[in-house]
Amino acid sequence: MEFKTFVFYFLAVIMVFAALRVITARNPVHAALFLVLTFFNAGGIWLLLQAEFLAITLVMVYVGAVMVLFLFVVMMLDINLDRIREGFWSYLPVGALVGILMLIEMVMVLGGSYFGLEAMPAPPAAGEGYSNTRELGRVLYTDYVYPFELASLVLLVAMVAAVALTLRKRKGIKGIPASEQVAVKREGRVELVKMQAEKED
Amino acid sequence: MESLLQPVAEFFGPAWPAVWTLAKIVAIIAPLMIAVAYLTLAERKVIGYMQVRIGPNRVGPKGLLQPIADGVKLLLKEIIVPSGSSKGLFILGPILAIAPSLAAWAVIPFDDGLVLANVNAGLLFLLAITSMEVYGVIVAGWASNSKYPFLGSMRAAAQMVSYEVSMGFALICVLLISASLNLTDIVTSQGEGRFADMGLGFLSWNWLPLLPMFVVYVISGIAETNRAPFDVVEGEAEVVAGHMVEYSGMAFALFFLAEYANMILVSILTSVLFLGGWLSPIGFLPDGFHWLALKTAAILFIFLWARATFPRFRYDQIMRLGWKVFIPVTLVWVFVVAVWMMSPLSIWS
Repeated sequence: MEFKTFVFYFLAVIMVFAALRVITARNPVHAALFLVLTFFNAGGIWLLLQAEFLAITLVMVYVGAVMVLFLFVVMMLDINLDRIREGFWSYLPVGALVGILMLIEMVMVLGGSYFGLEAMPAPPAAGEGYSNTRELGRVLYTDYVYPFELASLVLLVAMVAAVALTLRKRKGIKGIPASEQVAVKREGRVELVKMQAEKED
Repeated sequence: MESLLQPVAEFFGPAWPAVWTLAKIVAIIAPLMIAVAYLTLAERKVIGYMQVRIGPNRVGPKGLLQPIADGVKLLLKEIIVPSGSSKGLFILGPILAIAPSLAAWAVIPFDDGLVLANVNAGLLFLLAITSMEVYGVIVAGWASNSKYPFLGSMRAAAQMVSYEVSMGFALICVLLISASLNLTDIVTSQGEGRFADMGLGFLSWNWLPLLPMFVVYVISGIAETNRAPFDVVEGEAEVVAGHMVEYSGMAFALFFLAEYANMILVSILTSVLFLGGWLSPIGFLPDGFHWLALKTAAILFIFLWARATFPRFRYDQIMRLGWKVFIPVTLVWVFVVAVWMMSPLSIWS
């Protein structure tokens, strides 16, 4: 077996196991950590495809930022597992339907013969000096610059909307604006009083 | 060197590349661990002298064996696992803390060509690996099943995610002007330009055109490593020792090692990205690893200096500095650098 194949199966086995544990782990924090492991192994598999920019960005964005915030929320929730499991049987038909549909789609894609994948062979290995980052940057900022900028604008609007929806000004809090704190001068706080020593008589 | 290694390579046969890489890893990690041990001593000495006292001076000549005594003490202590804790994760926490801080050293160039993995996406790799450091703290805090560690890990999660953003923008400026993600290329690109031709290399390094980014990067680096004055994660007065409360012995020592290894990592990265790496500051002096070591030591001294000088930030002030000061500053500077590069005044053509 070639070393690359071994690495692929090594990463893939761990990834499938971790993905299974995400949905079977009883503890939500454990599930979130298994999801981190899944992302990490997916990044490894992308590295095997010479897509180092995508692989590292996956780890950086999902593992480094998204899942940290996810954990942040999950850790603080007091999740009652029995309450969640209550509706299991009533939701099962809907869930099973979605699951079977996804299974059929995946079989069709992976089966390949339905889509004539033989006509589209795997791309040849990239040559020496190929930089995935440079290629992606070139495509994103030349050929697809308008769709790319549009997508970033949509994201920005979503972000602003999320902030606007949750922003609230509470009254009666004791916090002081930082700008006022920084602007404090000695004269505003300390008063030097000159007075004669008092004598006791 | 090649002829010397030839018989050894033949002895190992096909396993030779793996063995040789392992040997290189040991050659990086072993000096790093010694540096970490002596950084703890240096810290206590520096802070001691800044507070007009002597610091440790009892173990060995001038206290030079103090770190070894500390290490032996921690090794011999019992590791206590709290009864209500999540055992697997409790053990995993310190490992998750130290693993990224060692893995990041794979792409650090120590001299021209002297690097374990000269990958094209080196800077990206560093960003990804350092962004995983927070998991050690979070997992440790949660698995301890105790209030103070939990509060500490909450603080760590929020703080490290916030400062990563400004750090990332500072790095974007660096890779804009060096047009490469490869750390060796970033260093060599700093040795070119008008000042470098005049023999004043230190003026052509990135710190001068990117001065605001350099400052932001160093301060964010201090915040990322949870060092004073940003050490609210383990602030003694508020959350005792944060995520480390329930840890003892070697498990605690691993957190300690990770923190100091991270300090050295951030310092060496600052030297590589902004201070010209192994390049010599003046034209007629030879380049070499000693310059990188000197620059790293200087940045490390700033870490210790800051700890001895500043009182701890309040938590909301830390968040304000990260989100309301650093991110706008870095965003504007990314824009300024991009415009500067495209204008006729560009110094990087």
